Formats: sequence, structure tokens, C-alpha cells
Amino acid sequence: MTSPISSAETGHDHDHDHDAGHSRQKLPSDPALRVQSLESLLVEKGLVDAAALDAVVEAYEHRIGPRNGARVIARAWVDPAYRQRLFADATAAIAELGFSGSQGEHMVAVENTSRVHNLVVCTLCSCYPLPLLGLPPVWYKSPAYRARAVIDPRGVLRELGLEIPDEVEIRVWDSTAEIRYLVVPERPARTDHLSEDDLAALVTRDSMIGVAKVAS
Amino acid sequence: MNGIHDLGGMQDLGHIPYARTEPVFHERWEGRIFALNRCAGAWRKWNLDASRFQRELIPPAEYLRMSYYERWVEGLVALLLKTGLLAREELASGRPSPGTSKVEPLLTPDKVWPFIARGTPANRDVQAQPRFQVGQPVRTVNIHPEGHTRLPRYARDKAGIIVRDHGVFVYPDTNALFQGEQPRHLYCVRFGAQELWGPQANAQDSVYLDLWETYLEAP
Repeated sequence: MTSPISSAETGHDHDHDHDAGHSRQKLPSDPALRVQSLESLLVEKGLVDAAALDAVVEAYEHRIGPRNGARVIARAWVDPAYRQRLFADATAAIAELGFSGSQGEHMVAVENTSRVHNLVVCTLCSCYPLPLLGLPPVWYKSPAYRARAVIDPRGVLRELGLEIPDEVEIRVWDSTAEIRYLVVPERPARTDHLSEDDLAALVTRDSMIGVAKVAS
Repeated sequence: MNGIHDLGGMQDLGHIPYARTEPVFHERWEGRIFALNRCAGAWRKWNLDASRFQRELIPPAEYLRMSYYERWVEGLVALLLKTGLLAREELASGRPSPGTSKVEPLLTPDKVWPFIARGTPANRDVQAQPRFQVGQPVRTVNIHPEGHTRLPRYARDKAGIIVRDHGVFVYPDTNALFQGEQPRHLYCVRFGAQELWGPQANAQDSVYLDLWETYLEAP
């Protein structure tokens, strides 16, 4: 009998409905079977520990995500000295708040203003600042976004609901090396009364990629 | 390699499948293959660049058909075979080959968080005189290697300006092929949108890429 790991499945139904509403419930898809056999084989050989796999999944499902990045942004909004450190050496400034590690080893922060709008992409794979934003969403990894963000950033932003006036300069950051980019969005107007925690709650994942603004 | 992964500038790939929120993993197996890559990668039989290159080797039609994590399954299986961590007959049978002894997992649960939080820095403490200075105009080389490169097609043979010297970093083009890290200077280079895309682009827009010294020459 052939194990389900070895053969790249072909021709099966591939209606990947990755939208949030995604509710189909079927028998395990082929990749599910392949991954299950691969996992049990690697565990049986002692190459991986099943509990370590659980710990990795747990870390990315619960411990790492856009709330981390939002803390950095809110601090930069309320603390001018921190803001200065963030733009001078983002990796160190981010580590001050306890965030570091895999795919955030070398960070650069870029600032959105009334005159400049920054947008982050990885055209070659799907590089993303994991310690601050968690794992990338499906749309960020999609061929359409990777292809168009560099040639038509204004069209991409319009499609995602953000119109950038012609006089605003757009800077697209293509993550071609191990440098990861964090967009520091503009602080919304009329938020002077808000605490750092309240401000962090306003900051969205999309605003730190550069496909949205922060609303007050 | 001029592969399908080098997507920058393509225009016929349809709408962006945007969702405002979504689960971290859409199905359980996505989390398992992500974690398997991390835990098997801890043996250091390959490196990050080699794992990227392995996914780039998926044939174009398959690459576009597959979801992101399906490519990770293909890439991991290929690397396990290539590096000898798995034998073909084990993959075929789903069982360890008779006579092989069980090893002790390298990444135990207690080591997972420190491993993630430490990361794997790609800079190297090597003294190398930078060939270029911030503010200097440069031109990218016109290369089409069959191996791995992080110089996308859309940015080859284009004029840009050095905006930052990141320091000395592992060179993916050799590291991906197991030919050593050969670290060298990495620069952030700004390209005007019209230099890349012609008059259809907005004159004040620009694209920034991080490029190794070897990809650049004085104009």
C-alpha cells in the first residue's frame, strides 16, 4: 500500500474557500491525510516530538499576533523618545517591549504621514514580521497581492478600500532579504484623551501592513 | 531561477482574496505542517534559503494550484528526502525502515518558545568594506541564474539609489545551494516606480528592495 504522503495529489477538488465565512465540512482533504502520515512517521523515527509541534501551534495561535505590533505602535504614539528609538533601531526598540525572534530578527519601522504612505509586500515568497503580526493572512500570501502590490499599489489599495490621493507618495517595501518592515500608521485625530492601552486597541493588523488607516 | 514564485509585476492573477479577519490556521493540518517545518528544521540539515528554494522548484502550474501550506508540505518532504532524514521507502510505506534506530527529538516542548523568541539572525560579524555608500546611484545586474536568487526579475538592470547599508548578511544565492553562507553587504535600494514600470506609474511613487552587493554595480 502506498502511504498518502508520497504522491502529490492531482485533480482533486480544490475549491479553497479561504474567506472568513468558510464553513464547508468534509472528510479530511488530501493534504490533511498526507500531513498526518508524515507527522506520525517523523514522530516514530524520533525526528520530531508531537508535544513540541503542539507548542509551536499554540505559540502562533495564542501568543504571537497583531496585538504585539499594536503595543509597539501605541507606545510610539505616546512616547516621543520611544518613537525616535523605533525609527533609529527598530529591532532594539521592539525588544524593549518583549517582542523578538523568528522572522523579526532584523526590523525596520517606516512612518506613514500626511505626505507618505508605506505598503509592505513580499513578491518572492510571503515574508512577514511574525513576532509583531503573527502569521500572514491568506490575502497577503496570495499570488494576486504579491504580483500587483509593486506594479499597481494604488489599485491594490483601492481594491482593499483605501484611496490614496495622487499627491501622497507611495513607498512599497518588497521584503527581498531578512529585513522585516513594520508600518507605523498615523495616529488618528481626536485621540488625545486616550490611554496607551486604548490606542493599542485601535491599531489593526492591516494598518501595520499599510493596506488600511487607523480609524478613531 | 525565473520561476513562477517571482510574481512581482504580473497583472492577470485576479482579485485579492481579502478577508478582514480569519483564523491563524484554516485547518488543523496547516498548523501541523507549519510546526513540522520548524521542528524538523531544528536539525539544521538545511537552511531558510534552501527551504525557500525547494518551494520555488514546485512546477508553475502546481505552484499556483496549491495553497500556501500545500507548498510547505511539498517542500518539507523534498528536503527530508534530499538530506537523508527520510528514506524513499519510509515515505512509501509510512513506517521507519527496518533496522533504523530511533533518535531523540532535538526540539523538545520546553525549548520551543526560546527557539522562537531567539530566532535565527542572518547578519554576520564579518569585516567587509562596503562597495557602496548611502546616497550613491547604482544599477542592478542583469542576471538569470538557474539556482536561487532574491533579485526579482522586475528589478534587474534598473537604476536605483542606496538608502541604507544594513551590514553584512548571509548570501541566499549560495546558501540555498549548500555552497556556504558567503556573507556580504546588504543594502536597501530605492527605485522610482517609473524606472521599474514606465510612464504608467505615478512619478513620485517608489519601490524599496533589500539587495546584496553582488546584485549591484556602479552605473
